[in-house]
Amino acid sequence: MSKRVALEASHAAAEAVKMADVDVIAAYPITPQTHIPERLAEMVAEGELKASYMPVESEHSAMSACLGSAAVGARTFTTTAGQGLELMHEVVYVASSMRFPIVMVICNRALSAPLSVWGDHSDVMAVRDTGWIQVFCENNQEAFDMTLWAFRVGEASNVLFPVMVHLDGFTLSHVTEPVILPEQSEVNRYLPKFQYPYALDPEKPMTHGAFGPPDIYSEAKLYQEIAFRRTKEVILQGWQEFGDIFGRYYSPVEKYKTEGAKILLLTMGSFTETAKIVIDGKREKGEDVGLISLRLWRPFPFEELRQAVKGAETLIVFDRCISSGMGGPVFSEVRSALYDEEPRLKVISIIGGLGGRDMSEKDFTYVIDRGREIAWKGPQRMLETVGIRGEIAGLKE
Amino acid sequence: MEEKSIKFGKNLVTKEEFLAPGHNFCIGCGEALAIRLACKALGEDVIINMATGCDEVCTTPYPVTSWRVPWMHTLFENAAATISGVESGLKILMEKRKIPERDIKCVAMGGDGATSDIGIQALSGAIERGHDILYICFDNEAYMNTGIQRSSATPYGASTTTAPAGKYSIGQKTQKKNMIEIVVAHNIPYAATASPSYPFDLMNKVRKGAEIKGPAYVHILAPCPTGWRYPGNITIELGRLAVETGIFPLYEVEYGQYKLNVHRPKLKPVEEYIKLQGRYRHLRDEDIKDIQESINKEYAKLEAKVITSAS
Repeated sequence: MSKRVALEASHAAAEAVKMADVDVIAAYPITPQTHIPERLAEMVAEGELKASYMPVESEHSAMSACLGSAAVGARTFTTTAGQGLELMHEVVYVASSMRFPIVMVICNRALSAPLSVWGDHSDVMAVRDTGWIQVFCENNQEAFDMTLWAFRVGEASNVLFPVMVHLDGFTLSHVTEPVILPEQSEVNRYLPKFQYPYALDPEKPMTHGAFGPPDIYSEAKLYQEIAFRRTKEVILQGWQEFGDIFGRYYSPVEKYKTEGAKILLLTMGSFTETAKIVIDGKREKGEDVGLISLRLWRPFPFEELRQAVKGAETLIVFDRCISSGMGGPVFSEVRSALYDEEPRLKVISIIGGLGGRDMSEKDFTYVIDRGREIAWKGPQRMLETVGIRGEIAGLKE
Repeated sequence: MEEKSIKFGKNLVTKEEFLAPGHNFCIGCGEALAIRLACKALGEDVIINMATGCDEVCTTPYPVTSWRVPWMHTLFENAAATISGVESGLKILMEKRKIPERDIKCVAMGGDGATSDIGIQALSGAIERGHDILYICFDNEAYMNTGIQRSSATPYGASTTTAPAGKYSIGQKTQKKNMIEIVVAHNIPYAATASPSYPFDLMNKVRKGAEIKGPAYVHILAPCPTGWRYPGNITIELGRLAVETGIFPLYEVEYGQYKLNVHRPKLKPVEEYIKLQGRYRHLRDEDIKDIQESINKEYAKLEAKVITSAS
């Protein structure tokens, strides 16, 4: 029997790692991710989990150690946040390009300076081009579910790509909620043993990581990109089977009260749940609004996004990051993805929730109302933001 | 260990080559020879992780490889971290009976830049964590792969492209970083220097480092005709002179105990070593005198360590 327990999201992710019977964990502590490696280290120390816990001296070495353990066929996990993800940046690319299916949970955090340990999506956006499968979680149950799913999908022999699971720092990572933990037998049914087909082995010597001269690099990258796009099928299959076994079904783009909605709000991560309350209130008042949330960030769910916005006239994209000199990164990708759609939607960018700034119901009410106004009158400010004090928020182009 | 010494009888050097011919090393490269010898000492039950550098680019331009043993390369500064992952992975997979029990040596290799500069943090971390690994540094005393830029292993007075000798500069202004002392400060079970000019000594140290439980470090001076500016046919002679002049003494530190493997109570003048190399061409007599003094001092310090560490 599965059981329902109160768990912090960080601990829910750690439970999934344990139930996946991971072999190697290499991690360096950083706020707000610390509860995950702490819990895993405890599990190993208490014998709840038979794994090698590597307390490495930096995030760069964390991911580098993961490359090594994955290369010999060990099921490998790491976790980080913000600055840590930035420090390991170059290694993150290597994991995907060398096709090591490492799973990494990120507790999303703002980037310095000024120093901020609190949540936003700046760290995510800095690694969006690294070739990792990436998903967002909205609640604690999803922290468990997505982490387990990540091993299943990443390690599939027709995938072999690493997977990042994004949890919002603090607003999700440190929150306690009821979580349904499955039986180990159900997990074993869902997650087969990891059989890395290219494990380094003296029995059959192999060279991993030869360098790519100009006459081969382009083809290598294109093959990688095609293989990466083809992971979509397994991603969907992984969620379908997950639903069939555990009873919870997931989609690349989640829809909430989108039926008949003319105005849609797009969110990612834990703030989605706050936004849903606002949608409920507005629906009760008879407003034609709905919500979509991007669960799958990479590979980008073009088709599902187009389907989800069908019938809407305005899409308000809420970004928790500024791409300097450009604007909201999710906004620019979403607008680009929908550019060829007929009739064309008005796609509007609003930025907020930076560096741990809370987004209340009132703030999301403002986002939707302001979005509706911009759709009508056109943009009037350099950047449309929410929850920012003072006249700086109103600066014109 | 002595009875296992590679030289005689059944311990004869294997004829098998694990570094295949056809690689792109320069003619007379001391590093290629050192790798070849090290691999003979390691045998086939090995997994090698190599840092970016001459060794890596000269042996693996895709789609060809010179490696007849399992080998991987990922980045420049992380060889020690990656090999610690290899070691931890193998160990736990064997413990969980997911792979058959087998003694596989986990060996990281890197140049002097990868070791004493950009990768020193990862190396320190891997040694501190106590992984059962061997780290081999192939030291050609500058960033040779990118065109002879100085590193912290470049010796005082040598001219490189980023610390060139000039009207107002002697070239390298700093003393060579002492990697052995750094790793010994970690209480490493085994650390040693080696030279391809002393092939049996090199192979025995590599084997000892691989067989000892816990981390081990072997630092090999690899003469570089391209970067040191000398004709490739004197590589072996230069390697020997480095030892005989005391600028690169051959010694090992086993559980804290120092031992000079080639002890020369009377060192040859360092000038004999310096005058053969274009990188030192600009040095004046007084500069060479300074270098000689510094060698005398360092060598005396080393001799003292041999005596004081003897149990």
